[in-house]
Amino acid sequence: MASSSSSEGEGRRAWVPLASRPEFAGVTPLPQDDGPSPVVAIAYRDDFRETMDYFRSLYSSRELSPRSLLLTSLAISVNPANYTVWHFRRQVLEALGADWTEELGFTEGVAKRNAKNYQLWHHRRWVAEKLGPDAASRELEFTRKIFCLDAKNYHAWSHRQWVLQALGGWEDELDYCAQLLEEDVFNNSAWNQRYFVITKSPSLGGLNAMRDSEVDYAIEAIHANPENESPWRYLRGLYNDENEAWLNDSRVHSACLRVLKAKRNFKFALSTLLDLLGLGFKPNQEIKDAITSLRTSDLGEAGSDSDLANSICSILGLEDPMRANYWTWRKQQASSSS
Amino acid sequence: MEPPPPPPPPPSGTTVTQRDQWRVEQEVGRIYSFFAQLPPAAQSFALEVQRDNHIEYLTRGLRGLAPSFGSLDASRPWICYWIIHSLALLGEPIDAELEDSVIDFLSRCQDPSGGYGGGPGQLPHLATTYAAVNSLITLGGSRSLSSINRDKVHNFLRQMKQPSGGFRMHDGGEIDVRACYTAISVASTLNILDDELAEKVGDFILSCQTYEGGIAGEPGSEAHGGYTFCGLATMILINEADRLDLSRLIDWVVFRQGVECGFQGRVNKLVDGCYSFWQGGACALLQKLHPFGLSEGGEDESTDSIDSSLYAASNVSEQEEQENNLESASPQVDGTCQFKQGGPQSASCSINTGNASYNFLERRAEGGSLFNSSALQQYILLCSQLPEGGFRDKPGKFRDLYHTCYCLSGLTVCQYGRSKHADSPPLPWDVVGPYSNLLEPIHPLHNVVLSKYQEANEFFAG
Ligand SMILES: [Zn+2]
Repeated sequence: MASSSSSEGEGRRAWVPLASRPEFAGVTPLPQDDGPSPVVAIAYRDDFRETMDYFRSLYSSRELSPRSLLLTSLAISVNPANYTVWHFRRQVLEALGADWTEELGFTEGVAKRNAKNYQLWHHRRWVAEKLGPDAASRELEFTRKIFCLDAKNYHAWSHRQWVLQALGGWEDELDYCAQLLEEDVFNNSAWNQRYFVITKSPSLGGLNAMRDSEVDYAIEAIHANPENESPWRYLRGLYNDENEAWLNDSRVHSACLRVLKAKRNFKFALSTLLDLLGLGFKPNQEIKDAITSLRTSDLGEAGSDSDLANSICSILGLEDPMRANYWTWRKQQASSSS
Repeated sequence: MEPPPPPPPPPSGTTVTQRDQWRVEQEVGRIYSFFAQLPPAAQSFALEVQRDNHIEYLTRGLRGLAPSFGSLDASRPWICYWIIHSLALLGEPIDAELEDSVIDFLSRCQDPSGGYGGGPGQLPHLATTYAAVNSLITLGGSRSLSSINRDKVHNFLRQMKQPSGGFRMHDGGEIDVRACYTAISVASTLNILDDELAEKVGDFILSCQTYEGGIAGEPGSEAHGGYTFCGLATMILINEADRLDLSRLIDWVVFRQGVECGFQGRVNKLVDGCYSFWQGGACALLQKLHPFGLSEGGEDESTDSIDSSLYAASNVSEQEEQENNLESASPQVDGTCQFKQGGPQSASCSINTGNASYNFLERRAEGGSLFNSSALQQYILLCSQLPEGGFRDKPGKFRDLYHTCYCLSGLTVCQYGRSKHADSPPLPWDVVGPYSNLLEPIHPLHNVVLSKYQEANEFFAG
């Protein structure tokens, strides 16, 4: 979460006091009731205070009018995180029979100033829902623009997933994920989206249909950057609860072996093998030898499979000291389950 | 002190993620190597929690805030909580007059129909309700606690409840894991948690655990530290934690601690001080949950772990307690993960979740921390702490009240991570820096100071 950084003064048009605007004639500003000795009292700027005093007045009388709509725009511009203002804006829009496309434009303006705001995205979802499937392509394009600036914007990804599920537009989504991963294969949000697409897209046939080709895709990414955690977790996710299939996919074993043999960045390969051993995996001699060769002399001899799990935990305890406690604990788990 | 030279440009041919990560590693690395060459006295000072300056920064904020805080005008109970909780962690009392002002202010945020909004006259919202209730519990005393209209809060929670099991943040608001946590946490601390509120919450949280192992804000989204803490704490509060895939959850969360020594929020994202609590706190919960029980062989194993020196140093009475604990922990051995019933509270609700929060405190963490506690304390003290007061996300960022609250909350989780009881004092080597760095212990499910939780628990028992 970022600290508050408002664009104080800069870029802000000269403030025309609401008291001097004809459209707000007859509105009696309603000050905030902070009590006699307020705490966390904000030294509001004059425009902020006046806008909110007028907002409170129209909100308290539930005046569903064009000038109320204007006022919510002004209030959102001074503080886009005020959910009460957004809520009232929705009531006004409903009452006035709003132009929903125009409303999308409004939220795009707000997003330009701050694209990490719950209220904005929640409102956008509400508007897009009004427009229905016709809005899908514009929403996908909008989020795409956001990702050009920040490819991991959490709200934008949630929105995009909602759009796909509620309004459609799945056709190019797998390609889009591939494109993002080509630009930055460490972008875990893009990996997550890829998982979402292969499990949820109505045209791809689901995880079972996609697993085979996705395993290859993930393993290719692993070999390019074995230190990249994202494709390792993705690979595991492809087998979710299908432990039998996970145990028996020789491509996974070979991928781990190849990483071990390179003798660097093998943390996730060992961790993957540890997971497999816990499920009953019987490694061949080559894998056993590769693990043994990573052991430093003081770790003793490896024998049975449970000893192998032990060795892996010992190696990881040394190679990954940040998680030394975790690997000690995993070692206990391994020895108690054998 | 000479200002350190600017870092060299990042290596070419790398991705945005790699470049951003590289820059932070350089920055953090410079801080640690600078620290390493300091004389011992200066090192000790660098690791010290600068209490007076934090207290000054916090107290000033409680009285008044600059115009730039306009962007938090719909989160003022949060600002109260960040400050009041931070001060309570530091063991610093708030003067009586200011305390009365806080109670009065929060009462003005309480909606006539129930729940608290972001400021006077704003719609009630679950997150600000959580912040207000936690603030008032932290202040403690009957004037503060009785200012909460529990019946109306209960009404508000019921109004936010969705048929799917989740909660909306506010009327017409978003449905996510935060909403579930804030609703269930408030219901638990106020002793108004009932079957109706808890119904199908577990289904919703479960649908948010992702293929990575962590928990997302909504089904399909990416696993994230904040939502992982919220989802896990919720499941514990409703007695359904064993429905989660806990081993995958543990594996995901421990991997979030990186070479910078702090936690990141998501895979391949940057370290951030606030995840000291969200991820560190989730680890503390998981340690207490101990999902796989105490294996017969496991006890022996632990003595040759890196913790052996600590076991050796622990005194006799602690070893006795450890033995007693084997009995109280026995339900775990058969993997049923039941919470022991009991405690001082006569729950007014029918469901067996009534005591889950209190009983969770009775459970004890075994062995060491799941994460690297001293590394995390190092990140918090050297990289997040500003000697002039306040904490920040990471070097290069400004301090703020949110990060101050969650860095301190993470710090206390680290310090007490190995304590057998929630409130037994940590051993000297569990506290990085001088022992005077020791903060007050918290109830990790609600993130309120433990003694304050206990007072509220008794107050709302009737
Ligand atoms: Zn943060």
